Amino acid sequence: MTLVPDPSQKHQRREHGLMLALVSPALLVILLLIVLPVGWLAWQSIYHDGFTLENYRRVFTEDIYWRSFALTFEISLGVTVIALLLGYPVAYLANSVPKGWSILILSLVVLPFWTSVLVRAYAWLALLQRTGVINQFLRYLDVISEPLALVHNTFGTVVATVHILLPFMVLPLYATMQKIPGDLMQAGASLGASPSLTFMRVFLPLSLPGVLAGCTMVFVLCLGFYITPELLGGGRTVMVSMLVSRNVELYNQFGAASAVAVVLLLSVLAIFFVVSRFISLDRVLGQK
Amino acid sequence: MTRISPTRIALYVISALVLVYLILPVLIIAPISFSSARFLTFPPPSLSLRWYQQYFANPAWMQATRVTLTVAFLTVVIATPCGVAAAYAISQSKLRIMRVIHMALLLPLVVPIIITAVGIFFVFAKVGLVATLPGLVLANVMLGLPYVVISVLAGMQSFDPAQEMVARSLGMNRLRSFFAVTLPQIKSSVVAGGIFAFISAMDETIVALFISGGQYQPLTKRMFTALRDEIDPTIAAISTLMTAASFILVLLASARQKKAG
Repeated sequence: MTLVPDPSQKHQRREHGLMLALVSPALLVILLLIVLPVGWLAWQSIYHDGFTLENYRRVFTEDIYWRSFALTFEISLGVTVIALLLGYPVAYLANSVPKGWSILILSLVVLPFWTSVLVRAYAWLALLQRTGVINQFLRYLDVISEPLALVHNTFGTVVATVHILLPFMVLPLYATMQKIPGDLMQAGASLGASPSLTFMRVFLPLSLPGVLAGCTMVFVLCLGFYITPELLGGGRTVMVSMLVSRNVELYNQFGAASAVAVVLLLSVLAIFFVVSRFISLDRVLGQK
Repeated sequence: MTRISPTRIALYVISALVLVYLILPVLIIAPISFSSARFLTFPPPSLSLRWYQQYFANPAWMQATRVTLTVAFLTVVIATPCGVAAAYAISQSKLRIMRVIHMALLLPLVVPIIITAVGIFFVFAKVGLVATLPGLVLANVMLGLPYVVISVLAGMQSFDPAQEMVARSLGMNRLRSFFAVTLPQIKSSVVAGGIFAFISAMDETIVALFISGGQYQPLTKRMFTALRDEIDPTIAAISTLMTAASFILVLLASARQKKAG
């Protein structure tokens, strides 16, 4: 009858065994439903009646694959920059107002987060299409005579994609800004720096980990985007994920689809790896 | 003395515009769903419930709704205990491999969903799980696990394991002390994790596009197909209902989390 359980080796082994048993159902689900499938994909990309690198040769030499990868990286980069430019002021404002206001601002930011991606694609179609709300409104105001082509192109894809990814930018930015001590700004001001100089030399550099975390998340999520470009891109904006699905659904090119998927996955993992050298991955994945 | 500077005003204006951009699409769907017009017109000519009637009268939409609710319910029932057990072990065990296992359990958040979807499709095709209910549930359990694990791990952080030790030293066995001492304290995070898993299963689209079929197609798959073909205001009605359901669940979950402190 001791308060601290018996520290003997036998006890410890039983303790370890129990913990592993507890974690095993979840681990089994993950191994069978994501590790095995992704492994299968990788295997299929190099093996088809013998080892072959033909699939990768195609991905790296055929024009359509190159163009799609280039377009996907371009769109992801553009979306990341726009999200940063839109998200930074909002996070800054939320950080600099009294608590009640910042809760309101952050609630408005995460509200769309909990709306299905499909629902938001529908909403953007309703807003942006030729007979949509925005075109009708502009014609009513006589600003335009012909409806603008706002959707079924890259423009519509980017507008809706930024909308979906913006919360992933604002939240890490806000979390980082909150940890910047206000004294530092006052110290800068007391030493005679103007507000803009204090911002540039003190606040901005200290917020950079949040910028990096937000940009990584937005960029990586955008690389794998599927529903939004498929519904709002009008078939012309072929992102990598659409290449994967078309190779499976339309052309039955499983090897090619697998190779594209593997290249996409390796790109994502490489980005996470590089970023993890600078900031903790927990921070990127939003667990602080 | 404290005059509002022009930069400050610019900050307010830009932030307000960004917030409008974030909120407008969420708000626009409800008025469309109550409009009587066949095509999207704004403002709506008159109010009507015809799109809701179409939804509730259509056997295909109803079947899809049943599939969605069944899958989401079963996902929660399976993912929550698995996730709670795993989070408990990760937070209590000193084994070094637990860190690797923790990372592995977050994989569904890291791997692009399209890759997961195609991979699962290949494996399911081999074992005959494509277009079945168990296949759909299993995939959603995997996708929902990280939410439970993250939520419960956060809850475990404020829990003092010494309390469980005390209960055990007083003669309770491990299981009883868990249910009597630990679970009541982390209940809020468990419920929140379960709710997030439910929402994740309700909204999941991409994996369903690849592995569901026949009579086991969830709402999201049918909505996706419908959106690709034509824009039918019935979808506005469904979207409004889905959004309302999500928001109510999120409010419940966050009320729970606040209680957990």
